[in-house]
Amino acid sequence: MPGLTESGSTMLTLTDLQGGSKQRNRDRLMRFLFQGAAITTIVISLMIVFVLFRGAFDFLRLIGWDLGKLSDSGWFPRRERFDLRTILWGSVVMGVVAMLVAVPLGLGVAIFLSEYASPRARRVIKPVIEVLAGIPSVIVGYFVIRFIAPEIVGPIFNPTSQFNMLAAGLGIGVLVIPIMASVSEDALASVPQSLREASYGIGARKINTVFRIVVPAAISGLVAAFIIAVSRAIGETMVAVMAGGFDGAGQFDGWGPTAKGLTMTSAMTNAVGGSDQDIGGASFEVLYFVGALLFTITLLLNLVGNRIVNRIREQY
Amino acid sequence: MTLITPALAGKSAAETVRAGLTRRERDTAGLVMSALLLLATLFTLLILATVLARLIGEAGPYLGDRGTAFITDSIGSDPDEIGIWPGVYGSALLAMAVVVLAIPMGIAAALYLEEYAITKNRLNQFILVNIRNLAGVPAVIFGVLGFIIFVKWLEPMTAGKSVIAAGLTMSVLVLPIVVITSMEAIRAVPQGLRDGGYGVGGSRWEVTRDHVLPYAAPGILTGTMLSLARALGEAAPLIIVGAVTGLLPETSLTGKFTALPILIFNWSGKAQPPGSEHSFSQAAAATGVVLLVLVLFFNAAAIVLRNRFERRRVGT
Repeated sequence: MPGLTESGSTMLTLTDLQGGSKQRNRDRLMRFLFQGAAITTIVISLMIVFVLFRGAFDFLRLIGWDLGKLSDSGWFPRRERFDLRTILWGSVVMGVVAMLVAVPLGLGVAIFLSEYASPRARRVIKPVIEVLAGIPSVIVGYFVIRFIAPEIVGPIFNPTSQFNMLAAGLGIGVLVIPIMASVSEDALASVPQSLREASYGIGARKINTVFRIVVPAAISGLVAAFIIAVSRAIGETMVAVMAGGFDGAGQFDGWGPTAKGLTMTSAMTNAVGGSDQDIGGASFEVLYFVGALLFTITLLLNLVGNRIVNRIREQY
Repeated sequence: MTLITPALAGKSAAETVRAGLTRRERDTAGLVMSALLLLATLFTLLILATVLARLIGEAGPYLGDRGTAFITDSIGSDPDEIGIWPGVYGSALLAMAVVVLAIPMGIAAALYLEEYAITKNRLNQFILVNIRNLAGVPAVIFGVLGFIIFVKWLEPMTAGKSVIAAGLTMSVLVLPIVVITSMEAIRAVPQGLRDGGYGVGGSRWEVTRDHVLPYAAPGILTGTMLSLARALGEAAPLIIVGAVTGLLPETSLTGKFTALPILIFNWSGKAQPPGSEHSFSQAAAATGVVLLVLVLFFNAAAIVLRNRFERRRVGT
């Protein structure tokens, strides 16, 4: 193109396409800032791990690596007796009770909304379920104290303690329903419509289409919903603190669900106690040890759950 | 002997098929299943209705007696005279901290991940996985993080157990929610909008600022609202960071602090003092109504914005 070369100034070079230096510097600065924000989230995770495990180590040093102190007849932080069985069993029982509530209801809502409800019913019900998701846990705690414990669990099971693992577990279940429902519904919605059409096309009924085609196709997503919901139930704090029946310390109250119980989370808030006690004793430092335990358990659950969800996202 | 012509055969086959398709056979299993699913959904809605009815039922008369004095009075020891002003103050400052810190940072991180980190290298993948897992870390754990970093290490800046430290903790807690919802909003921006911007010579930042952000704004706002609702409702991390669960007559930026969920936690199970006309649980319910109005306002705003956003997207 000799004409262009001769005129000189009309020749486009790479520098012309790069834009002005001011523009480029501004772009570089914003990129730097955004990247900084993204990397901060990694720093947060690293800090969590560092804080928890350093504290857990300090705790173990404070009790002189005497692991016998981690197994006793109950949770007595002031006496330096930390029976892990008490808090682990409390978390397990309340988690199981919560899932017994959340799985049938959450899954039922998800299947109903995704496969059965008319678009109009969906438009009404879905936001209402989201309202349930927005209810703060302290309000559910209040609800357990004022309603579930005295009017449901009390008359039916006649427990020795009005507040117990069953009552708290039911409350946690109410809190977990929306998570179970929304993750399950996403899983069902990601099943390709063609599978349903093929099923109807060979003459299958609705129930067979839903339970033999759609649910099996979405099964890994439903498992992920379950795992994520379990992780939420174990991590839930306020309901366990308010309605678990223990006031910070106590004798292991039995294996049954109507016994009083302490969870990992409620042991943590109790270690702090809201008072200005002097910090540094093992009764306080146990906060980090239990925190590290809780973090490890929920992290493993979340990693597995998220991995499954991601795989589905790639699949369909 | 009648001759079976092709036309006749076709007719009878068509009749057989038609009969097979229109035959009404009672599908009992299908009916039972859809009834069960509907029941699960209705039961979930019933739980929500009961929570609200209980709360409002107990709060109504109390709020009627106390009027606005309940909002503006200070926390005392007589349920006839207590108010929630220090809690309102604390919660307002927490929300403000989230708006000032978590939201800009979360949007920045989301922009980096969606607009800048287009090469899927190890670091970017890791940031993504990390944010998803961070969103599942139990709230109490963030309390422990906040206690060590903002209350202890940064004491000169935050004045220890203050609302400043609590606000920083809440910001870290909701950061993953802001990032994830903002990312979804940004991902929904049509590629054509970006290409148009680059086509006229925009830099990445200019395209992000003038094309991506305006289109994604409603979706990002949804995440903002959800994170605010979450920050207002959480109590567990505040207890770990040192929110006052007892009397608190004054409000201060650097001194003792509390928040609305902490008041509900504190009052829900408290016995009625002799000689008082009202009970603490009524005060807890009234606080619950105030908190719920705030949380639901933000949640409803999020849902409305998302719906509007989705409808508009269909149009483009």
